[in-house]
Amino acid sequence: MIEVDAVIIGGGIVGSSAALFLSQAGRSVVLLERDFCGSHASGVNYGGVRRQGRPLSQLPLSQRAHEIWGRLPELIGIDGEYQRSGHLKLARSLADLQALHDYAASSQGFGLDLQLLDRAQLRARFPWVGEVAVGASFCPDDGHANPRLVSPAFAQASRRHGAQVHEQCAVSSVAHDGQRFHVHTQNGLELRAPWLLNCAGAWAGTLAEQFGETVPMHSGHPAMLVTEPLPLVMDASTGVEGGGIYARQVARGNCVLGGGQGFALDGARARPGQQAVIEILRQAAELYPFLQGAQAIRTWSGTEGYLPDRQPVIGHSGTQTGLLHAFGFAGAGFQIGPAVGQALTEIICSGAPTTPLDAFSITRFHSISVA
Amino acid sequence: MNPVVIVGAGPAGIRAAQTLVAHGVRPVLLDEAARGGGQIYRRQPANFKRSAVKLYGFEAREANALHQTLDNLREQLDYRPDTLVWNAENNVLDTLREGRAARLEFSRVIVATGATDRVLPVPGWTLPGVYSLGAAQIALKFQGCAIGEQVVFAGSGPLLYLVAYQYAKAGAKVVAVLDSSPFSAQARAVPGLLSQPATLAKGIYYRSWLTAHGIPVHQGATLQQVEGEHRVQSLNWSDASGFHHLACDAVAFAHGLRSETQLADLLGCTFAWSPLNRAWLPQRDNAGRSSVSEVYLAGDGAGIMGADAAEMAGERAALALLEDSGFLIQPQRGAQLEHNLGRIERFRHGLERAFVFPENWAADTADTTMICRCEEVRAGDIREVVREGHWEINRVKAHCRVGMGRCQGRMCGAAAAEIIACQSQRAVSEIGRLRAQAPIKPLPFGLEIEP
Repeated sequence: MIEVDAVIIGGGIVGSSAALFLSQAGRSVVLLERDFCGSHASGVNYGGVRRQGRPLSQLPLSQRAHEIWGRLPELIGIDGEYQRSGHLKLARSLADLQALHDYAASSQGFGLDLQLLDRAQLRARFPWVGEVAVGASFCPDDGHANPRLVSPAFAQASRRHGAQVHEQCAVSSVAHDGQRFHVHTQNGLELRAPWLLNCAGAWAGTLAEQFGETVPMHSGHPAMLVTEPLPLVMDASTGVEGGGIYARQVARGNCVLGGGQGFALDGARARPGQQAVIEILRQAAELYPFLQGAQAIRTWSGTEGYLPDRQPVIGHSGTQTGLLHAFGFAGAGFQIGPAVGQALTEIICSGAPTTPLDAFSITRFHSISVA
Repeated sequence: MNPVVIVGAGPAGIRAAQTLVAHGVRPVLLDEAARGGGQIYRRQPANFKRSAVKLYGFEAREANALHQTLDNLREQLDYRPDTLVWNAENNVLDTLREGRAARLEFSRVIVATGATDRVLPVPGWTLPGVYSLGAAQIALKFQGCAIGEQVVFAGSGPLLYLVAYQYAKAGAKVVAVLDSSPFSAQARAVPGLLSQPATLAKGIYYRSWLTAHGIPVHQGATLQQVEGEHRVQSLNWSDASGFHHLACDAVAFAHGLRSETQLADLLGCTFAWSPLNRAWLPQRDNAGRSSVSEVYLAGDGAGIMGADAAEMAGERAALALLEDSGFLIQPQRGAQLEHNLGRIERFRHGLERAFVFPENWAADTADTTMICRCEEVRAGDIREVVREGHWEINRVKAHCRVGMGRCQGRMCGAAAAEIIACQSQRAVSEIGRLRAQAPIKPLPFGLEIEP
């Protein structure tokens, strides 16, 4: 039987960064991961490290994450191919461009420093963007990183600070005795802790439900593909107003593109699907004409949790003392994840987070569980 | 009613097609090559006029018969050459032909995707002038050209002697044959090999022919390094007597074959470890039924058995498919094919004893040796990731990119698995299986889409 301050369920970037910050703060932590740390949504996502385009309610947390990303090497020991290339959000119609203008106006004061580009400015500055774009909004300090490296590195770093990280270690039961959580794993571990962190991504709903907090979460499977290495052309990560497609180029030259939805193979694995792949290839030809003739060498997908308002659940359980939730990041958890881990750490260490989390409370779904 | 589809027009695919047609079924036969025959009986371009005996030697009769079969079936088949199957999803195949993407729904599918060489890299293997044994053979058979003027053949497996013989017959200078298997292993293997005396005799013939023509054949010989500035100029090899140097301008090497299993994987087939093949293979029953009820497996793509076995397995799988679809088939025929396949399998066990896998390859491979040429991952990079605590091959891939490039691990996957297993001190069967992802081969931007 292991007695610790906190048991964290889920070794994605949220759970792993919580493990890291709690360990750094001197708390004893066990991190339980059913598969391998960072092998699901945190490790197979597109790799965008972007604040631009997020709902305003997320921007304080996202800004805080931005600072954490700025000291990534000292925090996790690798640079994770993180680069502040800038994030270019393209508009394909004047209405979309107006939406970008509106966002720039409403996000003033959050520190994004957005630059609005009309068609001529866009052409001059990013000549590789296709004619279909009529303008753009550029966030110079946003960027991208390699999620396959970054997310597992958070778990690895937490281990170096004393966290006990158990991979291939699925939880079999969770109970609360009035003071402590009792957590049993399928491979026979027995843990007790006053704090339990539910960071189980697309699979977090089961645990929440056990404590009477049913959430209307569904799984999504963003489709992604990568080209063989190409000459360096894209000097910014890109997205499109209204969604549809996103693309970046890594230092090695490969272009990573995402868009559309794949399908689940089983509870844990997903594939992009032909429809999504063909659609990415089609849209890419319009938006990034330099890709004509290049080859896609690999496609992939993952499993991510989505709530109806596309906002995450972060913070205290409404029914169980000591239970903290952090899940449902709707495909946008990679950038914000480390700040969530830090905020959860503050709740445990000092009683409250320095960044308000009220907008993300699970209690917004309580009427559903009661019904 | 959706059609029955066969993927691959090699020995297995063509015999499967023939069997289906004989029972009144009109299958779709998809093949990546321009002309049917597969790798082993690959046909030369239409305007080349070399004789079958010249191209296929002892196998001229089999090759001719197979090509003839396909030619005769043309009117009764929906034959689609130059067609890549790049993805599969439920009961749909995604194809690419001349830049056009299309979907093909099937009622049942026979997967006969064949094999490629198993490559165990040595320093210098990425130099121009180094080929796999199969590629060297294709250059000769298809284009009628040799990979060099002074060629060394290295590695192990039946193809080693066959290709060396074919090159020497064609007039190329074969500098030496370096067989990594010791003579003692081959002597021990003879009892198993006697189950196919004719095939054994051919193998002995090739070797004797090479020796009789003054070509040095070394056993227990390990290719150490290929050297050259811009292309192959020489190589180093070693045996019990020490290190040796040879001048040459081309090298062909491989250690047997590996199955092309990605399509079976995308179709959802269950895989199992095959100690004989030292690989994960889609499971099948004796008749070729996979774990997925609409999917049948035949030929080297489901385990290396060679061309003769592929022809039988193709026919057997087609009979199973027909039977499962409610056709009346001759039960004796199926039993007879399974009996013959069993005999070849015993022979195959003998071959594995004769051409032993070089168990020490991974331990002896230097950190600087390039393993994954697409992503430029060296043995040391893989070992570094294993030292960090990773041992599952898909995780190692995620961390150092091995198998992540253009070939998707088809070339480097076997070698990477050996390095990971050795470094993590696990059996190669205990490090997981490299999962296939679409596209099976690269897919171009700007493709046209068939409505």
